[in-house]
Amino acid sequence: MSENLLDVSGLMMRFGGLLAVDGVSLQVKPRQIHSVIGPNGAGKTTVFNCISGFYKPTGGDVRYRGKAIQGLSGHRISLLGLVRTFQHVRLFASMTLIENLLVAQHRHLNTNYFAGLVKTPSYRRRQREAMDRAAHWLQQVDLLEHANREAGNLSYGQQRRLEIARCMVTEPGLLMLDEPAAGLNPRETSELDQLIVRLRDEQDISVLLIEHDMGLVMGISDHITVINQGAPLADGTPDQIRENPAVIKAYLGES
Amino acid sequence: MQRALFPALFAAGVTFLLTCLVIGVRLEQDGPTLTVVGADAETWSWIGFAVVVVFLFQLFQQPLSRLKQRLPRPDLTGLLPGDQLRNRLKPWLIALVIVGLFIWPFMVSRGAVDLATLTLIYVMLGLGLNIVVGFAGLLDLGYVAFYAVGAYTYALLSEYYGLSFWMCLPIAGLLAATFGCVLGFPVLRLRGDYLAIVTLGFGEIIRILLNNWTSLTGGPNGIGGIDKPSLFGLEFSRRASEGSQTFHEFFGIDYDSSHKVIFLYLVAVLLVLLTVYVINRIQRMPIGRAWEALREDEIACRSLGLNPTVIKLSAFTLGASFAGFAGCFFAARQGFISPESFTFIESAIILAIVVLGGMGSQFGVILAAIAMTILPELAREFQEYRMLMFGGVMVLMMLWRPQGLMPMKRPHLELKSS
Amino acid sequence: MTETSLYVLQQLINGLTIGSTYALIAIGYTMVYGIIGMINFAHGEVYMIGTYTAFISIIGLLTMGISSLPIVLLLALITAIIISSTYGYAIERVAYRPLRGGPRLIPLITAIGMSIFLQNYIRLAQGSRDLAMPALISGGIEFGDPAVFEVSISWMQMIIWAVTLISMTALALFISRSRLGRACRACAQDLKMTNLLGIDTNRIIALTFIIGAALAAVAGVLLGLYYGTINPYIGFMAGLKAFTAAVLGGIGSIPGAMLGGLILGVTEALTAAFFPSEYKDVVAFSLLVLILLFRPTGLLGKPEVEKV
Repeated sequence: MSENLLDVSGLMMRFGGLLAVDGVSLQVKPRQIHSVIGPNGAGKTTVFNCISGFYKPTGGDVRYRGKAIQGLSGHRISLLGLVRTFQHVRLFASMTLIENLLVAQHRHLNTNYFAGLVKTPSYRRRQREAMDRAAHWLQQVDLLEHANREAGNLSYGQQRRLEIARCMVTEPGLLMLDEPAAGLNPRETSELDQLIVRLRDEQDISVLLIEHDMGLVMGISDHITVINQGAPLADGTPDQIRENPAVIKAYLGES
Repeated sequence: MQRALFPALFAAGVTFLLTCLVIGVRLEQDGPTLTVVGADAETWSWIGFAVVVVFLFQLFQQPLSRLKQRLPRPDLTGLLPGDQLRNRLKPWLIALVIVGLFIWPFMVSRGAVDLATLTLIYVMLGLGLNIVVGFAGLLDLGYVAFYAVGAYTYALLSEYYGLSFWMCLPIAGLLAATFGCVLGFPVLRLRGDYLAIVTLGFGEIIRILLNNWTSLTGGPNGIGGIDKPSLFGLEFSRRASEGSQTFHEFFGIDYDSSHKVIFLYLVAVLLVLLTVYVINRIQRMPIGRAWEALREDEIACRSLGLNPTVIKLSAFTLGASFAGFAGCFFAARQGFISPESFTFIESAIILAIVVLGGMGSQFGVILAAIAMTILPELAREFQEYRMLMFGGVMVLMMLWRPQGLMPMKRPHLELKSS
Repeated sequence: MTETSLYVLQQLINGLTIGSTYALIAIGYTMVYGIIGMINFAHGEVYMIGTYTAFISIIGLLTMGISSLPIVLLLALITAIIISSTYGYAIERVAYRPLRGGPRLIPLITAIGMSIFLQNYIRLAQGSRDLAMPALISGGIEFGDPAVFEVSISWMQMIIWAVTLISMTALALFISRSRLGRACRACAQDLKMTNLLGIDTNRIIALTFIIGAALAAVAGVLLGLYYGTINPYIGFMAGLKAFTAAVLGGIGSIPGAMLGGLILGVTEALTAAFFPSEYKDVVAFSLLVLILLFRPTGLLGKPEVEKV
């Protein structure tokens, strides 16, 4: 259906002899929080990498807003509005928070050399707008007071929030978060919880996330897809997934 | 101490093995016959000295390394005044330096001014390569190719079309930039060390082509009779060529060959100041931040919509254009160019300048360029050992202080509280 | 057979000869890259030092009155291997080991500095001029129609083939059968893991450098006798070409280095046959550029997937 924000069907990823992803399908509707869960090593991050263009999938279809994006490179897909975070925080550690957010807006800034050299009004205006946008998002994730600090000096929880702010400043349509709660304490996790819900409610985006923290997943997801050993296991609302015997077996083993 | 005896003997043995045949015995060619002679006593005493030093060093390694920890590391940044003071003094210092640069040549000998001009060429080359290596983190071992393109562009355009230096300058830069683009586009997606070797290969290909395409480039004989730059049409020669006037005639003064030298120097100063200004500005522009972000984490950049190849290409092309400008000026200064000036060693020297100065630090690169050009002149007796020391210093710097003498502190963009 | 085809055959013979020496030097690059992921820029200089040591030994032994040529050559070979291996070991120990684990650019710059240092070190010790040795092994067999074209295979060429074959077989046996060889393979696959399993990886890395240097020394002796002339700068070109061969065959793969060397040698010889010989070197560099652009993993290498 073309009203899906993201439409993945029959995704396959083969590394030599290993079939890491085997026929995974999922649909993300607009303004939804969609979680992907599964035991460790199930291939969730590989699915993310295939969708976001960091791997070239061996097979299957990925459509974003109806447009086929499988096989496109990572930066092209980002420009279309699909941004992601990584399992390990990837910030520009020696650059300040505000600079991190400015780099993310690279395409919005005037990169013409001449304009930059003589500082034309258009150049200055775009710079100002980018700074305002950056400041706005730092405010949203409660990091504005640290704007001029180096990103590497933040605490882990703060770095995670900065990562999300950096994604949001690119004005995406789909935000893909890879284990955003990993390494966070309960208070930080609940703050993250609220942030993700707020993003879905206030911005016109959907969030696709990989998570292990069941409390977070069950609490905020509109829809859940379960993957086990690269293959789809279940797909439904949190209640449906909670009751699904196959899911329980995969996580807890035979009882 | 006993435990150190065996390694010490081993190290001494290795040293002896390394030197006994290769230095201790000399091959001498007498016509068609080749003979070996033992090296002279002095050489053997050096060998003995080396063996003993290595032995002692290994023996006392523990206490010596403890001493080394307490040694100050070569860090010239300690010599600079603190931040606050620096910001206040900076504009005055810069003004002072610029004024000094312009009046200095009138007070010293011709040779000194000539040397300064050569230094300025290397400063420009160093700053240009700094964009590629220091800012964007790309190791380019064939930078000299763009230098050659700039030089030969001016030489050929001047010889066949009679274009003046000032007209050729932008053309040289543009052509070098084009070469950079064409070369860079396919190779910039390669990993660091592969990129280095490919650029080295390209540099060599260009040199071989220059050496052998005799009909175009004059081959190993090069191109001579290249015009010097003129001041609004006024030439700096004793006698004017057809249709122009000379500098000294125009101002009604006697001809003095130092006019030419000083004028060349001033042109160089102008070019370098322009280079420094432009690069400074670019550092503060989005592309400058993109270079640093790319260096930090390329994958994060891709996930934010930045195209790594395009960003690397911009650094490569920009760096190449500065080499083109430098090459054009070099040809004008020398009056004669040949492929001999564009060997891999030149690329290595320019790379050494960038690395020694602290990759990314413009000020450090300038200092390193000055040191690299002036020190060999001061130590004339050691001319023979110049390249040996050059290689040795490169190794030592990497072992001791790879960030360079003055590691860069990039100016951060600040959010002003509103 | 026609004149052209005989001529081509001759070039093939020449190409295979040079190519096998490229292969010997290339193995040094490929083994080091396979184990610690660095390009040993100074490897070409180790080859050059091997050649100089060989010349010194040969002339020295002849002067001392030893007249049996095979003995002289054998002793010279052994001496060159010992001295070059020592250089290989010393370079790794002094310049590369302290920098292991850091950013990749740094060891490369060190290697360049080391290469320049060694070139000038030999230049100062032995002079920068060419040194020529009279041909010790001459003659060979010839076949073909004297009226059309005579293809000749010199004894020297056959010696090169034989020695190269023996060296490569010895290496192959060592790598596949011996305990140390197994350790080398393990380190090339996963250095950290091998270290954790209790193998002294520093020793293995040193051994890798020594083996590479030894093979380069063999190539040095062979090429020194073949060409008869040496100077301190032959290492640079030979090094680049050998590196091209290693990349061509797939860097990290020893069979690849052998294959790459042969292909490069033959390509160069055929180019020199039909084009002006100065452009011979352009062939090597162009091949390098093309391979890195279109198939960076080489002919026998495996495509790498970047882990995100």
